[in-house]
Amino acid sequence: MRLCLFLFAAASLTAQVTFERLVNSAQEPQNWFTYSGNYSGHRFSPLDQINLTNVKSLVAKWVYQTGATGKFETTPLVVDGILYATAPDNRAFALDARTGRPIWLYQRQLPADIRPCCGRVNRGLAILGDKVFMGTLDAHVMAFDTKTGNVVWDVAAVDYSQGYTFTPAPLAVKNLVIIGVAGGEYGIRGFIDAYDAATGQRKWRFYTVPGRGEPGNETWEGESYKTGGAPAWITGVYDPATNLIFWPTGNPAPSNRGEGRSGDNLYSNTLLALDADTGKLKWHFQFTRHDEHDWDATQVPVMIDQGQKHLIVQANRNGFFYVLDRTNGKLLSATPYGTVTWSDHKDAEGRPAASKESSPTAEGRYVCPGAYGVTNWMSPTFNPVTGLFYVNTRDQCDIFTTAPQPYEAGHAFYGSAYIPALQGEPYSGALRAIDPASGNIKWEFQHASPSWSGVLSTAGNLVFSGDAEGNFIAFDARTGKPLWHFQTGSGTIAAPMSFAVDGKQYVAIATGSSLYTFTLP
Amino acid sequence: MLGVSLLAQERNPFAGDPNAAKAGEFQFRINCSFCHGLGARGGGRGPDLTLAGKRHGTTDVDLFHNIKEGIAGTAMPAAVGSIGVGMTDEEIWQVITYVRSVQVKTPANPPGNAANGKDAFFGSAKCFACHMVQGKGGRLGPDLTGTGSSRSIESIIESIREPSRRLAAGLTEVTKGFPQEYETVTVITAEGKAITGITLNEDSFSVQIMDPSEKIYLLEKDKLRSFKKSRVSLMPAYGTSQLSDKALQDILAYLISVEAK
Repeated sequence: MRLCLFLFAAASLTAQVTFERLVNSAQEPQNWFTYSGNYSGHRFSPLDQINLTNVKSLVAKWVYQTGATGKFETTPLVVDGILYATAPDNRAFALDARTGRPIWLYQRQLPADIRPCCGRVNRGLAILGDKVFMGTLDAHVMAFDTKTGNVVWDVAAVDYSQGYTFTPAPLAVKNLVIIGVAGGEYGIRGFIDAYDAATGQRKWRFYTVPGRGEPGNETWEGESYKTGGAPAWITGVYDPATNLIFWPTGNPAPSNRGEGRSGDNLYSNTLLALDADTGKLKWHFQFTRHDEHDWDATQVPVMIDQGQKHLIVQANRNGFFYVLDRTNGKLLSATPYGTVTWSDHKDAEGRPAASKESSPTAEGRYVCPGAYGVTNWMSPTFNPVTGLFYVNTRDQCDIFTTAPQPYEAGHAFYGSAYIPALQGEPYSGALRAIDPASGNIKWEFQHASPSWSGVLSTAGNLVFSGDAEGNFIAFDARTGKPLWHFQTGSGTIAAPMSFAVDGKQYVAIATGSSLYTFTLP
Repeated sequence: MLGVSLLAQERNPFAGDPNAAKAGEFQFRINCSFCHGLGARGGGRGPDLTLAGKRHGTTDVDLFHNIKEGIAGTAMPAAVGSIGVGMTDEEIWQVITYVRSVQVKTPANPPGNAANGKDAFFGSAKCFACHMVQGKGGRLGPDLTGTGSSRSIESIIESIREPSRRLAAGLTEVTKGFPQEYETVTVITAEGKAITGITLNEDSFSVQIMDPSEKIYLLEKDKLRSFKKSRVSLMPAYGTSQLSDKALQDILAYLISVEAK
């Protein structure tokens, strides 16, 4: 009998993270299983111990210092009291989620000649079975034993020296680990890969730029598809009901020059619906055709069900909030949620379309939004309690210039540049609450300057966001009123998450080189 | 390999090579023009690099280190891991070759008289009331010691004639996209005291202000009765009736001479 009890206890400590647990994550609100918290991309915590009435007494519980410099963009996972996260230069670690004390630590020896465009960043892990998974800056995918941090497998996806890197958290679906590649600044050919979680064997690859003879290749002029870009550097979402993953893609290359790549340039700046088992394309929706402004569609798409309507929505970098029918990819609405000057009409499918005056020129053209977009890759959140979608936005316009540039493998390939348009006004940024049904802005909170923070919402009727000045802030989800803040000492470029251990709710945020957690006293 | 890389640190392997300058121009547009403007002529936030004088070191090796490692205490970031796509050592040398190719070989002698300009700065024009040069002067406005070499003549003239058009940049924080600007702020405290000054720094919950008597106030916004910001600079606009074109040229000559020493 004692032996049986012992075995039971041991088994519960080593509970496998099955695919069923990932699908039914709402039944384990104490755990945060995926980059966006659930397969729908909600970044919503059903926990409500921290709520409108007590959030004012929130205090720091523990802080973990990574020792890394550079942008700290991770979203931790928490499963059964263990926190798993990453840090710059492909660090990975597991901590006791109650104390912040490390269980294992890993740091990759990276080659000197990697070419990450925008910092030596990583956004987090995926978990499945007894492994966590990370994409690396030298374009490998790795699996670690959750208990020891031992490397179980490590496979090279592609030759990193051409400008390929992995920065997003992978997505675990069934027995697969799915990840998209970064490198749109180097004229790569983008792809999304799926690996066998047990062995690391690649099961499928979807090229986001179709090859010669494949449908969509005709949307590229001449040989331009070979350096077409269309990276896929943000984590997608998954619909168990249809077994589809929804994955957004980034800019065509060169980003600031359309000459030489005339056509729509599929599947750049597109939401892809792929069969999770095979990677076969079910449908696609391109937000910005033939983009010349670097408006990657790499924002987390969010699945929302309204009665019989199965929607997928995205606050896109080009300034429009899109609502699509996720059963077929048809556009239902596109509404500006910030300053937009590039579009003056809609195309035959109802998509906002570019005006002739929006193309970059040699002298430069003033266009809103700027290249950073009305939002960028920072995660939004959807709160089923308030029914609202929350996202950090930026009001900045740029002067877009263009110039011919030869492609050289592994070297930056922009076709000129964008520079901020100084019109005598400071750039502003706001946290906005959007009614996804109408696209209307319900409230906004003006930050002191634009924030790169992701957003979390909770069943406690709260929204959490960082700002560029170092504050971590809790807002009333219904009104946008700030209720509590804590100065972390560094601007935020990660997204918050929440979990519970031993019945106590925590909120966590990565800023600077530190991972902060907060609880009620 | 080691020998080659050490050598690369000691001199520009592409000095004077027009092909390298062209390659450097692409890199410059992508990585540098955001602040330093197209053509390296300076922007609202970065110095004009076509000037021969460089405030933080003038040799190619100085420039290499400034680009690769960034310049501490300024908005200049390191070439890797911050703004832009990041550059290899080879690409940094190409950028330096490009900057040299567009650099004005001999700076035009300012037509003004530097000695007269110094007299005006510390006398009739009253610049010194708010601005410091080499440790002398006021603290309310930016220290102008390095201004002559770090900004274009045109932008300095604009700052004197139309100071509100582009507010000067102040405190730069690593994780903020933009430096704090010299905005004007007026608050009324809980006690009813009105304070007008410039914003040293601000976030959503607090503000640090210096008033014209150089007193610093550290305030929490939720404890204020009112808080108003303005982008009309506290610096008066020096029109030609306040400062003749000749006096302006003298002051420019003085500011440029400061850095030349």
